[in-house]
Amino acid sequence: MLAFVLQRLIQALVVMVTVAFIAFLLFQYVGDPVVFLLGQDATQEQIDQLRADLGLNQPFFVQFWHFLVNAAQGEFGLSLRQGAKVSRLIAERFPATLELALVAAGLALLIGIPMGVYAALRRGSFMSQLFMTLSLLGVSLPTFLIGILLILVFAVGLGWFPSFGRGNVVQIGWWTSSLLTLKGWHHIVLPAITLAIFQLTLIMRLVRAEMLEVLRTDYIKFARARGLSNRAIHFGHALKNTLVPVMTITGLQLGGLIAFAIITETVFQWPGMGLLFIQAVTFADIPVMAAYLCLIALIFVVINLVVDLLYFAVDPRLRMGKAGGH
Amino acid sequence: MKTTSTLLRTPVALAAIGLMVCASGTLAATFKWSSASDIPTLDIHSQNNALGNGIHASIYDSLVYYNSKTFKAEPRLASGWKEMSPTQVRFTLRSGVKFSDGSELSADDVVFSLQRAMAKTSNFQVYTQGFKSVNKVDARTVDIMLTGPNPVLLNQLTELRIMSKAWAEKNKSVEPKDGRTKDETFAHRNAMGSGPFMLKEWQPDQKLVLVRNPHWWGAKDAPTNVTDIVYTPIKNEATRAAALLSGEVDFVLDPSPQDLPRMRNNANLKVIDGVENRTVFLGMDQYRDELPGSNIKGKNPLKDVRVRKALYQAIDMDAIHRVTMRGLSQNTGALVAPQVTGWTEGVHKRFPYSQDDARKLLTEAGYPQGFEVDFACPNNRYINDEEICQAITAMWAKVGVKAKLRTLPLVTYFPMIQRYEASIGMLGWGVPTFDALYSLQSLTRTVGAGGDGNYNIGRYSNPRMDYLVDRVKTETDLLVRNRMLTEALQLQNDTVAHIPLHNQVIPWAMKKNIEVVHRADNRLDWALLKVN
Repeated sequence: MLAFVLQRLIQALVVMVTVAFIAFLLFQYVGDPVVFLLGQDATQEQIDQLRADLGLNQPFFVQFWHFLVNAAQGEFGLSLRQGAKVSRLIAERFPATLELALVAAGLALLIGIPMGVYAALRRGSFMSQLFMTLSLLGVSLPTFLIGILLILVFAVGLGWFPSFGRGNVVQIGWWTSSLLTLKGWHHIVLPAITLAIFQLTLIMRLVRAEMLEVLRTDYIKFARARGLSNRAIHFGHALKNTLVPVMTITGLQLGGLIAFAIITETVFQWPGMGLLFIQAVTFADIPVMAAYLCLIALIFVVINLVVDLLYFAVDPRLRMGKAGGH
Repeated sequence: MKTTSTLLRTPVALAAIGLMVCASGTLAATFKWSSASDIPTLDIHSQNNALGNGIHASIYDSLVYYNSKTFKAEPRLASGWKEMSPTQVRFTLRSGVKFSDGSELSADDVVFSLQRAMAKTSNFQVYTQGFKSVNKVDARTVDIMLTGPNPVLLNQLTELRIMSKAWAEKNKSVEPKDGRTKDETFAHRNAMGSGPFMLKEWQPDQKLVLVRNPHWWGAKDAPTNVTDIVYTPIKNEATRAAALLSGEVDFVLDPSPQDLPRMRNNANLKVIDGVENRTVFLGMDQYRDELPGSNIKGKNPLKDVRVRKALYQAIDMDAIHRVTMRGLSQNTGALVAPQVTGWTEGVHKRFPYSQDDARKLLTEAGYPQGFEVDFACPNNRYINDEEICQAITAMWAKVGVKAKLRTLPLVTYFPMIQRYEASIGMLGWGVPTFDALYSLQSLTRTVGAGGDGNYNIGRYSNPRMDYLVDRVKTETDLLVRNRMLTEALQLQNDTVAHIPLHNQVIPWAMKKNIEVVHRADNRLDWALLKVN
C-alpha cells in the first residue's frame, strides 16, 4: 500500500516539475514585461536596471531553479501587472472559479442524468431524438459562441440575466462566495450553463449508453422475471449500476471544468483564475502564468491520484500487488 | 430622472433606480462605465498608464490640469504661479482645499508629492525631468527649482498628482511602489486625495467604486451631478458591447469597430467620435548598411530619401481611411495631431498619393524593379493595425516593393522594435504633454541618453534635427520655440524620417442620457460628466 502511494506521489512530482519546466520554457517567447512596467518613456538604463532587479537577465536554468525553490514553498513571486503576491491573487480568484465549476458540474449532473435515462428508456421516441440532436449541438458548438449567444438572447434581448460579473459576494474568512445571495445566483446562471453544456451532453450520452448496456444484462432480465415494477428496475437497479462510470468521469472532468473555464470566464468577465490567466498573457505577466499552469497541473495530478487510490480501495486485484500494470 | 421611461423597460434598471433612490433620498446619479482592462495600481506615482492616470485624476488633484476643450493647463490645486527666474517658478496653492478625510492641503503635501514623483522607484520621472528641487516657502507657497529653463513645466505638472503627506506616512507608503517592492503597499490598493471622488472599493479586475468626495473644493462650480461611479473592466469586446446594449453599463470607452454601426443605429445609445492625440506612422531603418531579409545586398535602400518618399507616395491613405478605417481616422502628413503645440496646416499636408511618382522615384534611386523588405506591425495595439499594414503591403506591391509583413502581439512587438529588428515598423505616438517636443525628442532625435531617440526605431539621425530638439528643450521664448518646433516637424516631412499615416479617431459609446466631453487624451472629465 505504502509503496503504491509513494510510487504515485513520485510520479506526480515528476509531472509537476515537467509542467513547470515546459511552462517556463514557453515563457521565454511570450514577450518582455519590462517594457510595460516602465511605459513608453523609459530609458535604456532604467530598463536594464529593472531587468536586473527582477532577475530576468540571469541564465534560463538559474531563473528556473529559483522558480522551483520558491514554488515548492508555495511562493510564486509578485505579479508584474498588479504588483501583488501571485499566491494571494490566485487565492482571491480561486473561489470564483471553483464555485462556477461546481455549479456547472451540478447542472450537468442534474440535467444530464435524467435526460440520459429518458433517452435510454424511451429509445426512438421524438423527445429522445431531440435530446440526441441537441446533445450533438452541445458537443460541437464552441463555448465562446454559446456564451455570446446566451448573452445576446437572455441579457441583451430579454434582459433576464446580467451579462457579466459575479454580482454580490459574501466574504467568509478568505473565501468569497456569490452563492449566498440571490443576485449572485442571478449572475452565475448564464456562465454556469455555458460551462455545463459540454459536460451535460457528455454525461447524457454516457448515461444513455451505459443504461442501454445495463438493461441488456441478465440481472435486469431476472428482475423483470421476479415481477418487479419498471420503476424499481429502472431506478433501483439499472441506474445505480450506470452511475459508477458516470461518477468517475465527472470527477475527472471537474479538473477539466476548472481548467477550461478560461473561455467562459473571459466571455462573462467572471473574476476567476481563467480571467486572471488571460489577462496575464496579454501583459506577459510570467509569474502569474507560471503559477496558474502549475496549479492546474496540480489539480489534475491530485484528482488523478485520488481516483487511483479509490481504484486501489475498490479493486481487489490491485491490492494483491502482483497483478501487473493496469 | 428624466429618462425613467426608457429605463423602465428592464427590471434590472428598475431595481437599480429603486436602490439609488432608497440609498440617497435625493436625485443622485450613478455612472457605470467599462473598458477592456483595469488600472494597474492606485499609487499615483507608480505606473505611468493612460487609463490609470485618467482614473487617478478623479481621486487626486494636480497643481494644474488640461482644460477639456482647449487643452491649455489651467489652475487646480495651484491658484496661480509666477516665474521668479528662468529656473525658479513659484506656485500659490488654492485656499480651503481639503482632502477627503477632512484634513487641509498644505505646501508640505505638495513638496512631499512632487518629491515622491521624483523618487527612484517612481515611474513618473518623465514628468519631473528638469526638476532640481521642490521647496516650501510658506504654508501656501511652493517653489519648483529647475536645472534649466523649462517651457513645458505646466504640461508636466498636469500628470503629477498630490497626495497627503500625513496619510502616506501613516500608511507606510512614502515611496512609490515598483516592480522591485516585495509586496503591495497601502497606497497601491487605497487612495485618499482632494479630487471630486473618493475611493469606496477596488477589487482588481472586478470593480472600482467611487463616491463623491464631500470635501471637494470644486463642487460649487462643477456641472456634474454624478455621485457614484462604478468602473467594471470587461475584457471581451462582445460582452462589453452587450453590457451597454442591455443597459448594465452607461458608457464604454473603447467599443470595438464592428459594433459601432449597431450602436449608432440604436435609439437608446449614442456614439461620440473624437480625434485622439495619437498619430500612427511607419518608421524605417536608416542605420544599417544592409537590410536583413532584403534582396538588395551591400546597401540599404531605405537610406535614400527618394526611396522613403516613394514608399510614402505609394500609400493611398484615402482608401485606407474609407475602407479599412470606415471613416474613423484623420489622415495626416505631420508626426503630431492638431492639438499639439508646433502643429500647423503646413506640416499637416501629405505628399500626394501617386503610383507614377513612386515608380519614378524608385527608378531614380536605382530600384526600377523595386526590392524586398521586412515589414513588422503590431496586431493588437492600434485600431485596425494589422489591416492597415496588409493594405499598405498590397499598395507597395503595385510599385514593385515586396514587403514581407509580420504581425505580432504587442508584448513581443515592442521589445522587438526596440532592438531595431524591424526594417519597417508601425508605431503610434500619443502626446501627453500636448507639445511636439515630446514626439520629436523620442522619435527623431539621434539615439542618446535621457529619452533622446528612445523610440527612434529607424535610428534616423540628422544634425539639424538634433540641434533643433536640443534648442527647444530649453528655449523659453514661446514664439521662437514654436517656430523651431514647426521647423523640426517640417524637416521630418522633407527628409521623410517617418511616414505619417493618420491620427486615430476614438469613438465613445454611451446611453443617450450621458453628457460627456470627448477629450483628445481619451479621458473622461469628471467635473463635466452628467447623467440626465
